[in-house]
Amino acid sequence: MKVVLKNLTKKFPGRGKNAADVIAVNDFDTEIPDGKLVGLLGPSGCGKSTVLNLICGLLKPTNGQIFFGDDDITLLPPESRGVGMVFQNYALYPHLTVEKNILFPLQNFKGKDKLSKEEMAKRVKEAAHLVQIDSLLERKPSELSGGQQQRVAIARALVKLPRILLLDEPLSNLDARLRLQTREEIKRIQQETKITTVFVTHDQEEAMSISDMIILMKAGVIHQIGKPQDVYDDPKDLFVAKFLGTPPINVFSGSVKSGRLYIGSAPVLDAAGVRDGDVYVGIRPEGFVPDENGPLECGFKSLEVMGRDVSVVFSNENALVETPRAIVSAENRIDTSSPVIRFSLKPFKTLLFDKETEERIR
Amino acid sequence: MDGKNFKGWLYLLPAVIFLGVFMVYPLVDVLIYSLEESYNSASQSFTGVGLFNYSYVLRDPYFLQALKNTFILVMITVPLSTGLALLISVGLSSIKPLRNLFQTVYFLPYVTNTLAVGLVFMILFKKTAYSDGLVNLLINLFGGPSVDFIDGPYWAKMFVLCFYTIWVVLPFKILILTSALASVKQDYYNAARIDGTSKARIFARITLPMISPMMFYLIITGFIGAFKAYSDAVALFGTDLNAAEMNTIVGYVYDMLYGDSGGYPSYASAAAIILFAIVLTITCINLIVSKKLVHY
Repeated sequence: MKVVLKNLTKKFPGRGKNAADVIAVNDFDTEIPDGKLVGLLGPSGCGKSTVLNLICGLLKPTNGQIFFGDDDITLLPPESRGVGMVFQNYALYPHLTVEKNILFPLQNFKGKDKLSKEEMAKRVKEAAHLVQIDSLLERKPSELSGGQQQRVAIARALVKLPRILLLDEPLSNLDARLRLQTREEIKRIQQETKITTVFVTHDQEEAMSISDMIILMKAGVIHQIGKPQDVYDDPKDLFVAKFLGTPPINVFSGSVKSGRLYIGSAPVLDAAGVRDGDVYVGIRPEGFVPDENGPLECGFKSLEVMGRDVSVVFSNENALVETPRAIVSAENRIDTSSPVIRFSLKPFKTLLFDKETEERIR
Repeated sequence: MDGKNFKGWLYLLPAVIFLGVFMVYPLVDVLIYSLEESYNSASQSFTGVGLFNYSYVLRDPYFLQALKNTFILVMITVPLSTGLALLISVGLSSIKPLRNLFQTVYFLPYVTNTLAVGLVFMILFKKTAYSDGLVNLLINLFGGPSVDFIDGPYWAKMFVLCFYTIWVVLPFKILILTSALASVKQDYYNAARIDGTSKARIFARITLPMISPMMFYLIITGFIGAFKAYSDAVALFGTDLNAAEMNTIVGYVYDMLYGDSGGYPSYASAAAIILFAIVLTITCINLIVSKKLVHY
């Protein structure tokens, strides 16, 4: 089932006297394709959870419409929308066993949708099997680990075969190792069930690693939508470029003069067709190539060995980030005794942004 | 005794002394009195040891009346007041405007003096030379005959006593239940709503189990409180409760000690021990039932 969000806007009344409305989601306009896993990504407070709550119906939009397929469900209450939702803290009913928790949504079916006892038991078993908690059915939620609770919450959301599955920060309460494992799990479950899934996260790595598509937003506005790799390689503006990638992109202040890009006084690359003037230069860490004759001269600070790669921490007076970092292959032997290191740059890892609008200059 | 152990007991000493002198000793003493036949507190003498006091008390029509009154009071007021409190708290937590006002209104009886409340009930129910009371005025308005609630038939007096008791215990229960309801996380309700749960089912399957520990606490303390009722009856019917047929077990104990027909500490002790046994039994039953129903 595809989800269409049309000019979706949500305003909350401000606090205090004469306070202006807080615009949590502003003119949100996008289409989430059927059967895809979509990551809603942005810094905290950017309105991504609000979008999720609008889709599931716990919040009513101030303006705009929501469609599931061709049905306009904007005015439907949450119980009639047929969505499954996994809450950030799972919201498992503590007084019910795992089995009863998963059974709970099925017992709500009325009229012609009503299931027989055997049918319900079968569905619960299937859902439990899908998330691999078959052996935990008799336990209470308090007797489960965080990861197991997470699985139960997913099973509970899936058991009623929802049209859309929503996950609110699904991995934020798990430790690092479990997070890696669970995100693979979410991907697998989504691919097995083919249910259109939207998940919210502020962790770009998480979103990039499992999403078919990411929606990057900031302050209630969509900045860019696309496949994770496309958005990473081809960011629309400086915010997107900075938000994606670990280590983050290195930003320098530079300038373009008659078709050449300068960082400081060093002419680093050709920039044919770009208007003269000051620009932000964003260089991905993997865009640096150590080169004795390279144009960009930097102060060498330290070397962090990571095995396959090494990370070079350097300094440059034009850098706008505190510790610029280059990731280079370990095969490049870096002379750690020299105070200076020279780089040449890979053109397609070097991105230019307008100084005023922070939009990408192509 | 090693030093650590000694220190522990030293810290406990003040509490142990006070509890021992004012709780344990009197309890044991009451038990002893209840077994000593025709004990005289002036001469500190008694004629024998046995269960005579118990058999006397259990055959005393005044005690049986008090026992019956107390049981009726307990069986009517505890379920009714708890149910009403639940209803009102759920109502209070689902409205936004005027919520604080209503909370205050419902809480007022709690901070009002029992005897002052008794006075108000007098005005509502008592027949005087000048008026039949506010409630009778209302009954007359609908064409019914006046009822004497204070000196009249047994059922009318019991009605007033139950009404009064419920009204007095309600605020505390509402206070506890509203805070219990407020502590149930909104996420559970959201999750249930998204899963299409009806309001009635949310209440029965989520709200009630979540506040069950508090409900249980209120029912236990409600039972104990109602069994120990006394001042409420005095506030409504005066001190001669035996004459009004409105005595309670605690009232009977008081009368046996200090009342006009008093001066019988042995009978009073026996009655007190019987009350203790009843409350203990009921509380144990409550605990057993709660094991099945209460979720912690």
